[in-house]
Amino acid sequence: MIRFLFKGLMRDKTRSLLPIIVVALGVMMTVLLQSLLGGFLGESIESTANFTTGHVKVMTRAYSLNSSQIPNDLALIGVDTLKRSLQKQFPDMTWAERIQFGGLLDAPDSTGHTRSQGNVMGMGISLLKSDEEITRIDLAPRLVSGKFPTKHGEILLSDDLFHKMNLKLGDKVTLISSGMYGDMAMYNYIVSGTLHFGINVLDRGMMIADIDDVRAALNMENAAGEILGFFTGERYENKLAKETANSFNARFAANKDKFAPVMQPLANMNDMGFLVAYSESIQTFIIMIFIIAMAIVLWNAGLIGGLRRYGEFGLRLAIGESKREIYRTLIAESFLIGIVGSVIGVIIGLLLSWYFQVVGINFGDSMKGSTFLMPSVMRAHINFTTFYIGFVPGIFSTVIGSALAGIGIYKRQTANLFKELEG
Amino acid sequence: MQTMNQKIKSSNSPFGGWGAFFMLCISMSGFAQNYPTGKTILDKVDNNMSAKTRVLTASMEVGTERTKRTMVSKTYGEGDHKGYTEYLAPAREKGTKMLKLENQLWIYSPATDRTIQISGHMLRQSVMGSDMSYEDMMNDKPLLQQYKAEVTGTETMDARKCWVVTLTAIIPDINYFSRKMWVDTERFVPLKEDMFAKSGKLLKRITFSNIQKVEGRWFPMAFLYKDMLKEGPGTKMTIQEIKLDTPIPASYFNLGNLK
Repeated sequence: MIRFLFKGLMRDKTRSLLPIIVVALGVMMTVLLQSLLGGFLGESIESTANFTTGHVKVMTRAYSLNSSQIPNDLALIGVDTLKRSLQKQFPDMTWAERIQFGGLLDAPDSTGHTRSQGNVMGMGISLLKSDEEITRIDLAPRLVSGKFPTKHGEILLSDDLFHKMNLKLGDKVTLISSGMYGDMAMYNYIVSGTLHFGINVLDRGMMIADIDDVRAALNMENAAGEILGFFTGERYENKLAKETANSFNARFAANKDKFAPVMQPLANMNDMGFLVAYSESIQTFIIMIFIIAMAIVLWNAGLIGGLRRYGEFGLRLAIGESKREIYRTLIAESFLIGIVGSVIGVIIGLLLSWYFQVVGINFGDSMKGSTFLMPSVMRAHINFTTFYIGFVPGIFSTVIGSALAGIGIYKRQTANLFKELEG
Repeated sequence: MQTMNQKIKSSNSPFGGWGAFFMLCISMSGFAQNYPTGKTILDKVDNNMSAKTRVLTASMEVGTERTKRTMVSKTYGEGDHKGYTEYLAPAREKGTKMLKLENQLWIYSPATDRTIQISGHMLRQSVMGSDMSYEDMMNDKPLLQQYKAEVTGTETMDARKCWVVTLTAIIPDINYFSRKMWVDTERFVPLKEDMFAKSGKLLKRITFSNIQKVEGRWFPMAFLYKDMLKEGPGTKMTIQEIKLDTPIPASYFNLGNLK
């Protein structure tokens, strides 16, 4: 039966060509959109995770409640022990200590007095022990001049601030900030390189130093504001992050100390909950849009085809085929069209997605005024869902379209069939 | 240390012109309750406490979430606009110096061997982790140039009868829109001061204590400065030694003296 229907479709191109093209186009767009949006949202989430939140983040309870103020007086202490315990409890994850801080950067003139100043937003990361953090934050392509710190006391500055303060590579600058115990912190650094992020808020005054140098400046021996956790080789998974956080927090449930550590999943920080929820529901959203849009188009195509096949249906009814049987073959035909169109659409969609995954789309110029942390090159992301997502709207919409268009068969009056055929 | 004196400074401008009219209005409004005018009270506080120069050694105890730190400093002040402070202890702060000239502030840190001018948003940061900001320290304008003062009642505080003086800002861009001072009716020393935002929210509170007679003037030898938006016990200042109207060499108020 299927073979019979298939032959019919192949021989009568007017019955199959337009619907297959419509289905293939719709499926291709579904596949491409799923991979692009999934990739873009995923990259945005990963950028934020790598730069600020981690997939999970450990802080003290008190720090967590006021984290937007970066209260280093509430930072974690005994970080080496805590990190060892995290590595033991979650051996598949990697952990990175970070210290965020704010302050004033001052450049001296030849007499040692203030020549220029700028406000800085700083971050202490592990720069000297390994390249892990440089890779994670994707700093290498952002290095505009100079080099990454190779010895203690060297820092990276945002290129805009560097020029605003009329600095030269190798210049001495002094950071003025508050220490962990509220003390005034002043510390000298050497500028070894400059960075450009393409994000206003970072380009205005970012400073990155090795975490041990920040510890020395802010009187934070064996302390860190935050410990970021990353799932190895995986993109952010909200369910897994929540389970990890719950498992860690259960260990300290009985401890009422406000300096006890607490773990937060990415979705609970920096208003990322909406983005995570949006990224989780985007596939359903895309499928629904394309099912509705394509069903309407295919319904219309079916109605036009139905008019053209008016005589054929009349003859089949006249020779005794039941209305139900004709309706069923119509649905079966559309199912075959759906499969063929979906296969073609998925193949084209995957090829395009693969291209955008490898090459990406550069949004660097249009994101200059951005206040949101996003990568400058957006890439599609092909995952398991990309391979099957197109079949859902591809098949459903053709079947729904045909089912709606074919209802007309039941309106034919058997008594009038021969009159119609004579006419 | 300057801050305490700044809080109690008032205008020395003589009555006359619009000032006289203004004072007349204040006097008439206060007549019904038999209260003196706000200006009268602030002038008396000023006469009691102000000196040409001040040299004082004080300890500053700063309570934080995790620990308590005590710093000892020696301050030299001349009038309202010149101040020089050197930190004597603890080791991490020892040798740190601050110089205030008019509306400019420099800090010297021996660890970095740098003299740095504090400006911009850094002025809102706390002084050595205390509850006092650099802006609090820098604001040396006489109160009557910034606020309209009115005596709004009397209250008893620490068994002392006090005038309650309410100050409302008359200039824009001011750190504290209004203040409330409790001034000892006999000794003309403030015993407490509350500072409010425009919304009425209490931002800072200073409580003065251990009032002693210093060279013929009543002077609070200790005070607690509390940032009401911060947790913690506040910053306790204790004056260990004070000398008024003693000559201070001009070199103290020179940038070159910081190194």
